[in-house]
Amino acid sequence: MLVPALVGVAFLVVPLLGLLVRAPWSDAWSILRQSQAAEALRLSLWTSSLATVIALVLGVPLAWLLARSSFPGLRVVRALVTLPLVLPPVVGGVALLLAFGRNGFIGRWLDAWFGVTIPFSPAAVVMAETFVAMPFLVVTVEGALRAANRGYEDAAATLGAGRLTVFRRVTLPMVAPSLAAGAVLCWARALGEFGATITFAGSFPGRTQTMPIAVYYALETDPDAAILLSLVLLLVSVAILVALRDRWLRGGSV
Amino acid sequence: MRRTVTTTVAVLLGLGLAGCGSSSPSASTTASAGASAGSTVSGDITVLAAASLTESFTTLGKQFEAAHPGVKVTLSFGASSALATQITSGAPADVFASASAKNMDAVVSAGDATSPMTFANNVMEIAVPPSNPGRVTGVESLAGSGVKTALCQEQVPCGATAAKVFTNAGVTVTPVTLEPDVKSVLSKVTLGEVDAGLVYVTDVRAAGDKVTGIEIPADVNASTSYPIATLSKAPNAATAQAFVDYVLSAEGSTVLTAAGFQKP
Repeated sequence: MLVPALVGVAFLVVPLLGLLVRAPWSDAWSILRQSQAAEALRLSLWTSSLATVIALVLGVPLAWLLARSSFPGLRVVRALVTLPLVLPPVVGGVALLLAFGRNGFIGRWLDAWFGVTIPFSPAAVVMAETFVAMPFLVVTVEGALRAANRGYEDAAATLGAGRLTVFRRVTLPMVAPSLAAGAVLCWARALGEFGATITFAGSFPGRTQTMPIAVYYALETDPDAAILLSLVLLLVSVAILVALRDRWLRGGSV
Repeated sequence: MRRTVTTTVAVLLGLGLAGCGSSSPSASTTASAGASAGSTVSGDITVLAAASLTESFTTLGKQFEAAHPGVKVTLSFGASSALATQITSGAPADVFASASAKNMDAVVSAGDATSPMTFANNVMEIAVPPSNPGRVTGVESLAGSGVKTALCQEQVPCGATAAKVFTNAGVTVTPVTLEPDVKSVLSKVTLGEVDAGLVYVTDVRAAGDKVTGIEIPADVNASTSYPIATLSKAPNAATAQAFVDYVLSAEGSTVLTAAGFQKP
């Protein structure tokens, strides 16, 4: 058991060591300053945070619906909303382009009526990230809602609390650790999103070029910059995951 | 057998454990030595070619296979800069065809190729959706903020050549997106998501009636040259050389000219 486990650890960690070993430490600062790292990181941070907020606003009610109601076709709905989890992100990007692009069946009307075109804008980045990352939140929260003891909700309802009050005062606190875990997963996934973003939002420095896209481009032209950008992204992700891991584990739900 | 070696090398590279595969280079050397000794053209070759060569090299690959039964040409298309990086990082391949001298020079100076030969030139053209929603008439039309333009990013040859065109025309163009290679610029035009894209003449021709081409006057236009070379670590050097010769031959030139390339 121990040997395969250690091989597993090595397999996941060795490539990351590769980044550390090859990193051009002496020129790190000047290379990073020349690259569009700061711009890309700033864009990545705010778009993935906004994507997480949207996922919370839309995803929590969706998870609640999936966990608490029963209607014909529920299983199909559940399969559909988790589809982006297994779909190649670039397929998601193509789908978004065909729906919300300038010639898309929705985008066409947005353009005709409001003069709004979504692709190649930061909004497109947020949409692509939300599309890919929201299922992580929905799945996590739905699982917690299913596992939660419904007796408390029933008791609160018996004592006269309205449905919204029950949800806000009883259900949400019960699933709070999973909610936090789901939000972190969602945020991390959004931060790393590449395929859907480059397909739907394109790439323009400062507007739609997120960190992963900046890494991709840098690798073609300046591998040293790509290594450093990767390290920055790695550092940010590790910091967030470690900081939240404690709460996450104490909840015991993931 | 050679295929197995290639696959193994690829897998090892993929695992980031290339250092452990120290026996593979000698294995491929043996293989290529064997091929040259027989001086017969046989076996598989892998050709890495610029995205703008997609159609013409697909045709050339098929013709080469037809002329040499038993030979299989595997083509991989992408941005020349990305392919150059793959080669200098040790990707196993036999031939490199670049859309600019710059990316070939990088491969040559890394010691991965010698004596490249220029086999074609290509000039730029503006591609617009057939309905021309931006009412683009020339390079000047792209300067306004009203026209959504897609360009290659400047590090890839089509982006560098586009930049020369804008310098020649004295216009400043702010694109809505900088794409990784010329074919993704073309696809954004084909989908109608942008009003215009700067691509090669050959891409407009390859796209047929899915896009309309707007010619750029010769005094403003810029061109890029396409060098080709066999790679020093080619697993199948003899066949690689035969393929390069074929591209440089009269038959190769016919295919390239038909695609819209100019003779070097």
